[in-house]
Amino acid sequence: MSLLLVNLLDGLVTGLLLFMLCSGLTLIFSMMGVLNFAHASFYMLGAYFAYQISTYVGFWPGLILAPIIVGLAGALVERYGLRRVHKFGHVPELVFTFGLALLIEEIVQFFWGKSHMAYEPPALLNFTALTIAGNGFPAYKVFMIFMAMAIFLVLLYILTRTRVGLIIQAALSYPETVQNLGHNVPLVFMGVFGVGTALAGVAGVIAGPTLGTFPGMAAVLGSIVFVTIVIGGLGSLWGALAASLLIGWLQTFAASYNIVIGDVLVAVGFPMPVNLDDSALRDLWTLTVSQIGPILPYLLMVLVLVIRPQGLFGKRET
Amino acid sequence: MKKLTGIILGTVMAGMLASTAIAADNIKIAFIDPLSGGFAATGQDGLAQYRFAAEELVNKTGGVLGGTKFEIVPFDNKISPKESLIQLQVAIDQGIRFIAQGNSSGVAHAITAAVKKHNKRNPDKRVLFLNYSAVDPALTNDKCNFWHFRFDANADIKMDALTDIISANKDIKKIYLIGQDYSFGKAVAAAAVKYLGQKRPDVEIVGNELHPIGKVKDFTPYARKIISSGADAMITGNWGSDMVGLGKSMIAAGFKNPMYTYYAASTGITKIFGADGKGPLKLVGEGQINPPASDRADAYAKAYKAKYPDNDLGQPRIANVIEMLAKAIDKAGTASDMVAVGTALEGMEHDSIWGSKILMRAKDHQAIQDVHIFGHTDEGVAHDFDNSGFGLKVENTVKMASADSATTCKMERP
Repeated sequence: MSLLLVNLLDGLVTGLLLFMLCSGLTLIFSMMGVLNFAHASFYMLGAYFAYQISTYVGFWPGLILAPIIVGLAGALVERYGLRRVHKFGHVPELVFTFGLALLIEEIVQFFWGKSHMAYEPPALLNFTALTIAGNGFPAYKVFMIFMAMAIFLVLLYILTRTRVGLIIQAALSYPETVQNLGHNVPLVFMGVFGVGTALAGVAGVIAGPTLGTFPGMAAVLGSIVFVTIVIGGLGSLWGALAASLLIGWLQTFAASYNIVIGDVLVAVGFPMPVNLDDSALRDLWTLTVSQIGPILPYLLMVLVLVIRPQGLFGKRET
Repeated sequence: MKKLTGIILGTVMAGMLASTAIAADNIKIAFIDPLSGGFAATGQDGLAQYRFAAEELVNKTGGVLGGTKFEIVPFDNKISPKESLIQLQVAIDQGIRFIAQGNSSGVAHAITAAVKKHNKRNPDKRVLFLNYSAVDPALTNDKCNFWHFRFDANADIKMDALTDIISANKDIKKIYLIGQDYSFGKAVAAAAVKYLGQKRPDVEIVGNELHPIGKVKDFTPYARKIISSGADAMITGNWGSDMVGLGKSMIAAGFKNPMYTYYAASTGITKIFGADGKGPLKLVGEGQINPPASDRADAYAKAYKAKYPDNDLGQPRIANVIEMLAKAIDKAGTASDMVAVGTALEGMEHDSIWGSKILMRAKDHQAIQDVHIFGHTDEGVAHDFDNSGFGLKVENTVKMASADSATTCKMERP
């Protein structure tokens, strides 16, 4: 029971972290139709920039400065890279962001090397906030939860209650009409791309100390963010939040219980093979849920695409 | 202008000729390991240690065979078995007769098979394979051959030593085994189950699981599970980011008991664990760096750091490889007859710079040596890793670990 509570909290942290990445990506994807493969690379850049800043002036300035730098870099990429490629269609855009992801990974390795960076949570938050049945919950993770919540509320406010949000919402569905009304849609695109990548940067700054700051950190998250926005529905902030939390909990619970598939099959009514070693399905019977944990989000995505192609909260078909 | 270019070109070419003429006299050792890609840090560390050992332990002390020097020639195999075989052929074509490799048992398997075949077909150009790190037990069991020598303790020997120490600790009643889902992770778990069953049948293995290799974003759920199981200790063969992620999550979740690891040190890992790892983090391996075994070892480590400030002595056995090879060449009186050098290396007893005695067991070419349990600490650490102030200090030692262990090797001598 206590483990359940701990897992709920852990899943919340994972989910909210995922949300910070997805919120920017879902806006970029739905507005510009660009599958930004480099999104997770901006997340990595955020972590590395913040680490570098933290070695000079500590964690907190890094939390502010690194996302701004990442956001500016993102805006420049949109202005001088994507916008030029845009007129050639979606495939060149795809190839461009794909190349950008590889480039960023190489750049990071060039400057920081291939090993892990010793990026640590700030001393202020380096204590155990609460202990549940021997399992400590670090104060830093509480901070992560509040940080992500705050970002969600601010985004929600901007998108639904301000004029800028109104234009973005309109440009999501009818970019030509918005342009004809005299709004500078390319500028809106650049802004959304910049803010989206800055949000990925924030996620990197916050996740770097707990999930590790190393050249592979973009790759482990890269595909899961796409899965999340597809499940949540493109362009939907609520959808991104729901899907992120769903996947966060799914992965946490899958990894933390050693349920053997064989036991489940027996419970459902399948007879256990007498001699497992002779059975062609031996691997299936001995598999545990934690081993298949990483593929569960993809299974969920397939299910969602079959049953509800527009995603959980999406308004249009993907 | 043309004349000047001609002069420069001529000088350069003459210089090149001169240097190759000198180099031709050297005894070359091909270092075939990853020097680019994800594992480059480990490969570059190994290369620096080889170059330093050859210089300090052989070349500065008069070389072998009355003055011949050692030269390390690096080949980048990108940790791919296929690429390694190409590089092996290039090395052989360059006339190199000694092959050093260590990272990845998969690569070692490919090289040992290729060397065996090559030596059979080219009796006049045979080569020796000096395996300094690949720890798959099979290399000195079913897959053994006369040309392969392993200087590291293999995975079984390490686990044998580790379980000796665990057996003596009556506080440990529950153990959790976790590893990466591939051959090495499985081998570690199987060895742990086997030895614990023999030595401490009362110890309960409360968890034995494998996680996807390199795909786990967050190890927190695993840490929760391990802590909830009430484990008094954890054993893992994880390396790289999987080791960092698991270890950090365990500590953050409040695990205070020992975490016995194989690879949680150097190449950035020591620095990352820092003060958090002090206490729970342990490592099993060879080569006593702290406290220094002798003044000689201390001076060697200091000189290494002075020359390579960004590298660590992460693989102390490399010094043994160089010293034992030099001894074997001197004893054989030749560096070209590999049967003679191999025979001299077989059964050799050597006093390592790190304080251990080393026996190159003749029946399987597995080095038998002291295996230590190190603690990650900043106290009494004369030589740290990652310039972090933290390093590995010997806490327990199993003398000549697994000296009488069985082998399935049927050595065929030429």
